Amino acid sequence: MRYSGFKVLKEALTGHKGWQPAWRDPAPKAHYDFVVVGGGGHGLATAHYLAKVFGRSSVAVLEKGWIGGGNVGRNTTIIRSNYLLDGNEPFYEFSMKLWEGLEQDFNFNAMVSQRGVLNLCHTDAQRDAFRRRGNAMRLNGVDAELLDTEGVRRMAPFLNFDSARFPIKGGLLQPRGGTVRHDAVAWGYARGADSRGVDIIQNCEVTGFRIENGKCLGVDTTRGFIGAGKVGVAVAGSSGRVMAMAGINRLPIESHVLQAFVSEGLKPLLPGVITYGAGHFYVSQSDKGGLVFGGDIDGYNSYAQRGNLPVVEDVCEGGMSLMPMIGRARLLRMWGGIMDMSMDGSPIIDRTDIDGLYFNGGWCYGGFKATPASGWCFAHLLATDRPHETATAYRFDRFRKGLMIDEKGMGAQPNLH
Amino acid sequence: MIIPHPLLGPRDSQEFTYLGDADLIDRPDWQAENAADRFYEYLYLRDNPAGEHRELWFHEQGDRSWLVVTRDTVTHEISKVELARDVARARGRSK
Ligand SMILES: Cc1cc2nc3c(=O)[nH]c(=O)nc-3n(C[C@H](O)[C@H](O)[C@H](O)COP(=O)(O)OP(=O)(O)OC[C@H]3O[C@@H](n4cnc5c(N)ncnc54)[C@H](O)[C@@H]3O)c2cc1C
Repeated sequence: MRYSGFKVLKEALTGHKGWQPAWRDPAPKAHYDFVVVGGGGHGLATAHYLAKVFGRSSVAVLEKGWIGGGNVGRNTTIIRSNYLLDGNEPFYEFSMKLWEGLEQDFNFNAMVSQRGVLNLCHTDAQRDAFRRRGNAMRLNGVDAELLDTEGVRRMAPFLNFDSARFPIKGGLLQPRGGTVRHDAVAWGYARGADSRGVDIIQNCEVTGFRIENGKCLGVDTTRGFIGAGKVGVAVAGSSGRVMAMAGINRLPIESHVLQAFVSEGLKPLLPGVITYGAGHFYVSQSDKGGLVFGGDIDGYNSYAQRGNLPVVEDVCEGGMSLMPMIGRARLLRMWGGIMDMSMDGSPIIDRTDIDGLYFNGGWCYGGFKATPASGWCFAHLLATDRPHETATAYRFDRFRKGLMIDEKGMGAQPNLH
Repeated sequence: MIIPHPLLGPRDSQEFTYLGDADLIDRPDWQAENAADRFYEYLYLRDNPAGEHRELWFHEQGDRSWLVVTRDTVTHEISKVELARDVARARGRSK
């Protein structure tokens, strides 16, 4: 079944009887060439590209709950490729290019909307830093524009320009950045993978790894043992727990909770994504009209999928200080997701010391925008045993070797990245 | 979250800053033969358990003491709070 305008019209006229489930619900087979653990965005994208780009069809994705129930369905949907460092920028731009063709690729409306990402600056030093970042982006062929105060005012006249403490001095705009409907990304990849023969197996929790003589032979699950040629783990906030089952007890990762907030639906208000430079606050408006916003992680190790009130207060203060009109909107919903915060704020896509066991994680709270490239690069590594050219820096051993990719320059302190 | 401070009684967690795993108390000996390996593990590798976690909190907006808090990372329940000083001394540290 393909989705198209014609199909929508036809179904409207024939009582919507011709729609089919977007993916099958298969029982697990005894063995697959590739088993991907975790049915989040990254796991599903990995399976999609394994099948589509690398021509492998003996692939299963094992998800302990339902697909889209993890961070892929909990994030604030922002995509951008405005990174400073060489290890990151080509990777995130690769991801941006994949977003640009994604809906055609998997024939699903993910509402990819390049409405622009504007980072505001409030001091001269911050503007210098943004100029440097913008130049680094341009050197990598990425779009970046430095706006002055008037430029920002033309885009977003409602901001608090006259704040005595944090006046808006300008901003760095990436016009190609924007938002994507997050759960449609999970569904689209699931559909794309499924249509190429990948088995997406939900309610199937991995409970152990069968490892003999240093080689991973498969996984124990709540639905029995599943043999595998290669196992790729992409479980985001559960990275520590899952890798411990394989005897890898300590990772350069801590799990932390990040909260997100949505207001009641409002008429179109925000031109794109806006981030505050004097506090941690970012906001965009969904197509339903809700203001979607967030800020810092709560700051202590957590697996609770719910946050505490101090951060709620902090985020709302940021919002009030940046755009006071937000105080008139009522908060509708808020929730939390567990993030795999790495020691330098950058991810890992690498093999492990166990033959046949591969790892993808450490995405911190910026892994949604990475979903397409992460999936592609992980599929590349699984299929060819070599890292993709944009992901060569995302190795486990960079910490031992002192080759950190620390965008924020915070050091080995996960709650500060 | 309320942290029961051993000297000051119940305090709001907002008065504290968080550092991380209490193992950070055991800074490796920089002169040891395997110092490079030990510092790599000390700086970059974490247990990251779902459940009981011993962690360092600094009472920045209070008496500026370091505490070792035993907290459940799934329920946020705090079961034990000690002065980090006492924990370090019990492990044989002099200061
Ligand atoms: C509130 C919030 C806001 C965010 N905002 C942004 C943003 O604006 N932009 C951005 O780029 N990023 C953002 N992120 C980060 C981004 O969402 C994550 O980095 C990314 O989604 C993680 O990859 P994933 O989609 O594969 O994770 P998940 O969707 O969490 O997938 C992991 C899956 O593994 C499954 N799993 C775990 N253990 C097992 C097991 N034992 N067996 C089988 N399956 C298992 C889980 O059930 C889960 O479905 C945000 C995150 C949060 C929480």
